[in-house]
Amino acid sequence: MSKARVKVPKKAKKGEIITIKTLVKHKMQRATKDKKTGEPIPRNIIHTFEAAFNGKTFLKGNWDTGVSANPYCAFTLRVQESGEYTFTWKDDKGETYTANAKIEVA
Amino acid sequence: MSKVRIDIVDRREFLVIGGAAAATLAALSSGALAKADPADAEALLNELTKGAKPTEGKVKLEMPEIAENGATVPLKVTVDSPMTEQDYCKSVTIIATKNPVAHICNFEFTPDSGKAWVSNRIRMAKTQEVWALAQMSDGSFRIGKTTVKVTIGGCGG
Repeated sequence: MSKARVKVPKKAKKGEIITIKTLVKHKMQRATKDKKTGEPIPRNIIHTFEAAFNGKTFLKGNWDTGVSANPYCAFTLRVQESGEYTFTWKDDKGETYTANAKIEVA
Repeated sequence: MSKVRIDIVDRREFLVIGGAAAATLAALSSGALAKADPADAEALLNELTKGAKPTEGKVKLEMPEIAENGATVPLKVTVDSPMTEQDYCKSVTIIATKNPVAHICNFEFTPDSGKAWVSNRIRMAKTQEVWALAQMSDGSFRIGKTTVKVTIGGCGG
């Protein structure tokens, strides 16, 4: 199962503003110390989020530790043509999570 | 009459001293986690605006009045903008005035966004004011503010 989930309308009218909801499973670990051993725990958060439509980025998120675990993000897009969305999340460990979805525009 | 007046002054003084003591205690007890103070948020704001004064209004920051769990506090921000190629909202930065890290998140919009609107969830260490700073395409800055009461802080520890 993919770690990222997105909810998008499958159909829309040309010029319509649609709402997109995204959720990704991630701890969003702050740099801290283990309570018992005192070992440092390095920061591992998703620091960059990008939403693109037909290869063109329309929203970019630069996140810090203040964003909750399992980051949820909802935003809008004005659609002019049918196409595919690509959502990308990048974390401190260099891992990338992606999700895709398609929309038909009448 | 004069006696009554003296009483009132005394009580006020007591309140002032009491309040200061309580504030000091709160500052001490929150310890290392709550290093950030309004000065940090102000410094971040100045850095982002490069010294320009943001005007209030046109930025709507919707958050609950009371958040029971500081680990996930819902947030919605709307910037009043036509979102056309000529006039749109470039970015929105969410700043927590009393979190260990004042900068929470930043969103960069494009005219394709249709609306300068975003919704997410943030962590809040304690009761504080949250700011949403919007940068418009003409280079001007706007700011929206709201205060959230946090029952349980969301930064662990």
